[in-house]
Amino acid sequence: MIETVDLTVFAGEFSLARVNLKIPAGSYCVLMGRTGSGKTTLLEAICGLKRIVSGQVLIDGEDVTYMKPGERGIGFVPQDGSLFQTMTVWRHLAFALQIRGWSKADIQQRVEEMAALLEITDLLDRKPHGLSGGERQRVALGRALSFHPTILCLDEPLSALDYDTHAQMIRLLKRVQQETGVTALHVTHNIMEAEQLADRRLHIVDGQIVEHVEQPVKAELQPPGKEGGPGAP
Amino acid sequence: MSEAPPRISTKDRWRPPATDRAFYTGLIILGGSYLLFILAMVAADVYFVFFSAKNNVDVAAVLLSEDMAYSIKLSLISCCVTTILALWCAVPIGYFMSRHNFFGKSLIDAMLDIPIVLPPLVIGLSLLILFRQTPVKFLDDLFGIAFHIPAVIIAQFSVACAFAVRTLRGTFDEIPMRREQVALTLGCSRSQAFWMVVMPESKRGLLTAATLAWARSLGEFGPILIFAGTTRGRTDVLPIAVHMEISAGRLGAAVVISLMMVAIAMTVLITFRLLVGRSLVPNLN
Repeated sequence: MIETVDLTVFAGEFSLARVNLKIPAGSYCVLMGRTGSGKTTLLEAICGLKRIVSGQVLIDGEDVTYMKPGERGIGFVPQDGSLFQTMTVWRHLAFALQIRGWSKADIQQRVEEMAALLEITDLLDRKPHGLSGGERQRVALGRALSFHPTILCLDEPLSALDYDTHAQMIRLLKRVQQETGVTALHVTHNIMEAEQLADRRLHIVDGQIVEHVEQPVKAELQPPGKEGGPGAP
Repeated sequence: MSEAPPRISTKDRWRPPATDRAFYTGLIILGGSYLLFILAMVAADVYFVFFSAKNNVDVAAVLLSEDMAYSIKLSLISCCVTTILALWCAVPIGYFMSRHNFFGKSLIDAMLDIPIVLPPLVIGLSLLILFRQTPVKFLDDLFGIAFHIPAVIIAQFSVACAFAVRTLRGTFDEIPMRREQVALTLGCSRSQAFWMVVMPESKRGLLTAATLAWARSLGEFGPILIFAGTTRGRTDVLPIAVHMEISAGRLGAAVVISLMMVAIAMTVLITFRLLVGRSLVPNLN
């Protein structure tokens, strides 16, 4: 479970004040909002990448507000994947495990598991510059899930993908989340993505979290590939 | 068997529009004229040494002299030491300046460029004043810095490091901070993220900075002239050796040493370029 209590974050001239959020364990929550509304800032604060001014971040009931990012048990998938350019796909999947001092045999087993789950076994020897957009995001997802995190934070992970890859990744994300049971917080401004993935949809409006209110007519008017469709900016 | 594609006559082939051709012709003329200018300078030196009747220098004697051997050895060793020292300082400065915003950053940024914009003689003079006229003099008294070999390295370092900082700052700027942040969420400390993610991705920039620092050190003259002096067999790196030959009226010997410097610089620069260009360095998209 992810919970924020009166969370206040500053990011330059921008700030989020007294944000309260509760995401039940094992659910797939999609957080939506306009560009500049603070969705990514909130995600970064939960991951430990933004300085928190006041309030609390709780993960499964434990206060992690001032914990280092690596101690929170959160897998993070950024917008562009942010793969490490000098490492092979195998090293990406093994990276967090090597940091944690796993044995070679355990690392190999886990890498094979993740590669099979994400269907990237054939790519293990490749480096990022030889991968397509969808493959990069699969690797980023595998890297984030490799160390069995309880929480998965995704920052617009599908925004740069073409229509077909986008649809494949939606199915993959749903399947992976169900198989791993991880609690997912997915930030996007793509309505279709939210409809297809979310158990729960939240909006960030004027720095506050509000529950999604269904607006079917408006949603139906969104043509695919245009505003709100796959590949939307 | 598949049919061969029909041949297109030269007349029908696509050619760039006339405006594009004019543009590229302009580029080639402007860029090429500078390249020709550089080649002309080197060619003039070669002509003067080997073909001019006015020059009667014994090339072999200059190249094989003990003084020349010492100058080459001192230049190569001091440039390598300077390069290592420059990278040692430039990596942390470049990284810190790239990753952090703080009060007074613009001022520090401008200060880091001082060795680049100051006249070389002023840098030499400042070094001499620092080590001879201030409390720092105790270091000079203790180790014998001014007008000795350490002065050569310090003079080279003071300029080369500024270029290395500028290059590495650009390198670190190009590596998105997001990658380090991801590494932090995966369990890395700041230091691990730096050494495991940032440094491997900086190889190309490190090699470029090293090349630049080395090349600057090889050509450094003004600060060495003032701070290290022109003592034969002690501080006469190659540029100082050239200066001493000119001062003594031996223009031919000076040009021979200059050509030797061109040869050394070209060898090192081409080797570095090959290293940077080869797959040894990862492709950073």
